This record gives sequence, C-alpha cells and structure tokens, in this order.
Amino acid sequence: MTAAADTAPPAARQRSHPLAWLVVAIPYAWLAFFFLVPFFIVLKISFSTSAIAQPPYTPIIDIFGGLGSIFSALREFTTDNYVFLTEDSLYWRSYLQSLEIAAISTFLTLLVGYPMAYGMARASRAWRPMLVMLVILPFWTSFLIRVYAWIGILKKEGLLNQFLLWIGVIHEPLTILNTNLAVYIGIVYSYLPFMVLPLYAALEKMDDTLLEAAQDLGCPPIQAFWKVTFPLSLPGVVAGCFLVFIPVTGEFVIPDLLGGTDTVMIGKTLWNEFFSNRDWPLASAVAVVLLLLLVVPIVVFQNQERKQQERES
Amino acid sequence: MVAAVGSVRRSFAPWNDPASKPFIEFRGVTKRFADFVAVDDLSLVIYEREFFALLGPSGCGKTTLMRMVAGFEEPTEGAVLLDGQDLAGVPPYRRPTNMMFQSYALFPHMSVEQNIAFGLRQDRTPKGEIAERVEEMLNLVKLKPFARRKPHQLSGGQRQRVALARSLAKKPKVLLLDEPLGALDKKLREETQFELIDLQQKLGLTFLIVTHDQEEAMTVADRIAVMNHGKVIQVATPAEIYEQPNSRYVADFIGNVNLIQGRVSASATGATRIEAPGTGAVIELDQAIDAKVGDQVWFAIRPEKVRISLDAPLPGSPNALSGEVWDIGYLGDVSIYHVRLASGATVTATVTNQSRVVERPITWEDKVWLTWSRNGGVVLAK
Repeated sequence: MTAAADTAPPAARQRSHPLAWLVVAIPYAWLAFFFLVPFFIVLKISFSTSAIAQPPYTPIIDIFGGLGSIFSALREFTTDNYVFLTEDSLYWRSYLQSLEIAAISTFLTLLVGYPMAYGMARASRAWRPMLVMLVILPFWTSFLIRVYAWIGILKKEGLLNQFLLWIGVIHEPLTILNTNLAVYIGIVYSYLPFMVLPLYAALEKMDDTLLEAAQDLGCPPIQAFWKVTFPLSLPGVVAGCFLVFIPVTGEFVIPDLLGGTDTVMIGKTLWNEFFSNRDWPLASAVAVVLLLLLVVPIVVFQNQERKQQERES
Repeated sequence: MVAAVGSVRRSFAPWNDPASKPFIEFRGVTKRFADFVAVDDLSLVIYEREFFALLGPSGCGKTTLMRMVAGFEEPTEGAVLLDGQDLAGVPPYRRPTNMMFQSYALFPHMSVEQNIAFGLRQDRTPKGEIAERVEEMLNLVKLKPFARRKPHQLSGGQRQRVALARSLAKKPKVLLLDEPLGALDKKLREETQFELIDLQQKLGLTFLIVTHDQEEAMTVADRIAVMNHGKVIQVATPAEIYEQPNSRYVADFIGNVNLIQGRVSASATGATRIEAPGTGAVIELDQAIDAKVGDQVWFAIRPEKVRISLDAPLPGSPNALSGEVWDIGYLGDVSIYHVRLASGATVTATVTNQSRVVERPITWEDKVWLTWSRNGGVVLAK
C-alpha cells in the first residue's frame, strides 16, 4: 500500500488582489474611530476628578495647547475613582449580580434556543428561509416597544395573569413584574435571535450521514445527538453564548423596565452615576472595569482555543 | 499467499450448490417513495463470504437496496432476511451490519483512533480490548502513524481507509460498501480494489458493494447483479455477465458492444443462423437459442472480438461485413476503429497495438472487412 506515504493535501494557496488590504482596512478604520477613540475618551475621564463645570470633570486636555498643557493635565490624573469602586460594596454587588443574571439568562436562552435552532435545521429545505425570517421578524419593531409590551403581559392585571386566572391554574394574580423572573423572561425573549441564528448556522451545515454512521455503528439516535450533533454544534453554542452573555452583562433597559429595586445590574448603576449623580469620572471607571471584566476572559478563552488547535495539528 | 487466495476463489461458487444456505435474502421486496418505485418486487439471494456487487445507473434502486440491509430504509412490501432472521423493525443500531459510506462520514471532531473505536465503545467493549482492536485495524489499513490525526488532516485515500477500518472494527456479519472508491483517482482506485479483495478473503466476511462503475464491479465481485428501474436484470459472475449477457440492456451496460438486429433463418442443436437484411450479413454461430425461425433477435458482439482486415474473405462466407473506416481512436494500448457500413450503421472493432507502429496499415476512409468467429458473439432475444 503506497498510500500510507500520502501526505495531507497542502493548504490551498490564495493569491490576494493588490487592493485586497483596502477591504480589510475600511472596517478596521471604522472600528478604530468609533470604538477605540471613544474608549480612550472614557478611559481618560475615568482618571479625572468630578467638578461642577461643563463638562463636569477636570482636567480637560487641550490638545492644541502644546505638550506643556498635556503634561500638566496628566499630572492631575488620579486613580481615586477605581479605589472608590473597591470601597463601596454597591459596585461589587452590581458587577456580581450582572454576571450572575447574564450567566443564568445565557443558559436559559441556550435551553430555549437550541431546540428551536435544531427544529429549524431539520425542517424541510423549503421552509427554512421562512423560519429564519420569523426569528428575525421581531427586529422590525423597536426593542424598547417590545420590552414595554412585556410590562403589559407580566403586570398584576396583565394578559398572563388574566389568562392563568381564566383557565383556573391560579386564584390570586402572580407578582412577576419587577422581579428577577421578569428580567429573565425579558432577556431570553429579546436575545433569543442572537442565540438561535449562530446555532442554526452550525446545525444546518451538519452532514446527516454522520448521524447515519453513528447509528450504523450501534448508537441509538439520542446518544448520537450527544456524541455527534452536539459536539459538532459547539462553535455555534460558543458564538451564541458570547453574543448573549456580553451585551446582557451591560444590559440597562430590561432590568430598568422589568426588574425591581433589588435588581441591581451594572448598567443601571452606570446610568445612575452618569445621569442622576452626574459623576462622569466614577461612571467612566465603572464602564472601564466592566469592559475589562468582559474582554479579559474572552481573550484568555480564545487564546486557549487557538493553542489547542495548534497542538492538534 | 496470493496463489492460495486465488485457488480458494476459483472453487468458491455456493450459488451453484443447491445445499447452500442464503445469507442475505430479499424476498419480493418493493420500496416506494411517494409515487416513485425505487425497488420493484425484487428477489435476490447472497451467500456467506460472497463479494457481491449491485451494479446499475444512478436511480436504479441499488443504494436503496443496500440501505434496507443497513436498516436506514424499511421495505414497503416483502422482507429482507439476514442469516435466516427477518430484519423488519430492527433499527440500524441493532443490526450486525456495518456500512462504509460514499462520503466516508468520518466524525470530524474525533481522531482516526476515536473514529475506529466509536462502534466498539458503543458496545461497551472493555478498554484493553478496544485498544487492541483499534491497533489491529490501524495496522490492517496501514495508518498507524496517523492514529492521532483528525480526518481533515488526511488525504482522500487515507480517509477512505479510516472509513474502511471503522466499518470493519466491529467485525460485522456483512460489510456494506456504498460507492466506496468513487472519490479516489483512477490509480489509487485500482490499487484499492485489489486490497478490498485481499481483505475480504483474509477476513472471510460477506461484502456487499454498490457501484455504478462496471470495471470496479467486475474486478472485485464474485457475482454481480445488474439493476435497472428497481429490478434485477441479471445476476451472474463477471465473466458470465460479460460473455453471456441475457439482454441488450446488460450487454450494452457492461463494456462496449455492437448490436445487430436480425431474424433467425435456421436453428439446429448447437448452431444458429441469423440474417440481418439491414446490413447484408449472414451470421452463423455455435449456440442454440430459444427462439424460433423467423423470430426477431439481436446479435451482440464485443469490439475486441471483431477482426478488421483490408482483404476480403472468401465469397459467401458468413460472419463478415464490409464498410469504410469512419474514425480511429488511439488509446495507446488499443486502437478503436469505427467502421461505417453501407446501411449507415456503425460497427466498432478494437485492435491491440502489438507493435510500435506509427504508420497504421488501416487508416481513415479505407474499405475494410470485419469478420468474427462462430463463437465470438451471442444472440439476445430481448
């Protein structure tokens, strides 16, 4: 058998167009301008001191005033805001609760979204575009209006309570609105498409003959799901979880409208610092810590993934 | 070793022994998909240790037939039996068959080892035994150095062998091969065909192969079933299929053939005469046929059995046609002459190129004579 000496096919060599860099450069320039620049502004404010002025912090760097004025501004920078974050338990509690709510609701979204995406991927080819369309359909209405609609459904005399009373499951209206339960319902509802779409993309391209092969080798269908379908859909699961977890951690509207006074998420705290207390430097510090809290674990995770892939090849 | 295998193969003919027990049996099997009949009231018997090929064009029902053995399809009517047991209602994961898929269907998230061990793990085989068996399989397909690679890091030929090892790991009673070599290039395919034969002999298993490639079927199989439109047209050994096709369909599907339409003008024990007025030929052959004088039949003769010559045969001799060379195909080992007859029909003759001639004695537009011997062709009634 000479084929044992076969080597794996060489990676396809791609010749790039001389202007191909432009295609990459434009979105990166966009990101640099609209993400990095605002980020550095927030970072700078987080090292400033609150002041009764317009804008409400000091120092203000005058980039046209020469190096001298920049250096004198730098000397006024302080880390007091970050120190304060560690001193007041409010911040730590809201960070922790945000992560907790984000983690639980991401898991719930996965629980609801996976069967949905699976059903979509198994539906007949003719139906699939229609089903994808239905998942995206809610985006056609304002996010805010949809969250408001949930108030109408969940409140004491709302649709849900009336329905449950009518069918006789309950005799007293339930208190759902202004609890964490309402927040979970709101988040799962709002973020479901972000979970379903990457899962659907991963499941849809799965080769059905793999399941046949698993069955042929003695694997009943349910086991075949856990041994073949689920592991192969993991990239979709990871993508969906990131797409839900990251924005939910900083979510403001849903906890504000549906949550109660004991729902203290970091987005709400941030909003209070900015607009109620007008303490921009402290609010900026809260925002920077939130960003680090989210970015650092993701970078570590992706690094690990890459290393594992390198080990395998 | 090779000689021993050869002699075993020569004497292997359970289909001629009335005492042999059928191993796989299709009894009046019909399979309908909505209003499409994929398999049409088909009966077929396959014996133990046989290398059996289902051959036919795409859509002829051969794959459906195999999938019924694997359990992915249930017959609409009739029964499929394996070793005397009716397979109806037995799910694929409880059948003692394993399949090698056309696309190989290797699990992309598992290494070569894990792919091969998959079926054994499923059976809760003890760990040590699994390791042993995987090792054995890796050696069998010569993939030991690639045990820890993932399928995407292998070449097409290597993937094909992983698929083979995986389907053999559980020692199935029947190995089902669905177009197993379709994705390989010609050289590798031919090599692998002989490896498959060796493997089947060595392991003593029953192999059922589905293919649309007649050369592949002829090379590997003990017997071939030629299928069309959900029916078996002929079941026979490769040589019988080639030399004694039972119909124009089989003669035409396997290899190349010249078909000449004619009427039986004389029939005696062991000899037949056919007149083909369209071509002006009188065909005589040493074959008794079950057709009466006056019946319409077809005379089939393979191109390599037609001799081509510039010299005319004796006047009035049978089995001769004259025509003009219309086209020549040079394939290196053989040359194919397309000769146009006065009637407009074309007859093909293949000539082995036995010397390195550049100037051929017969060339375009030459008047030539085509002749063949009395046992060169076969008469087909349908």
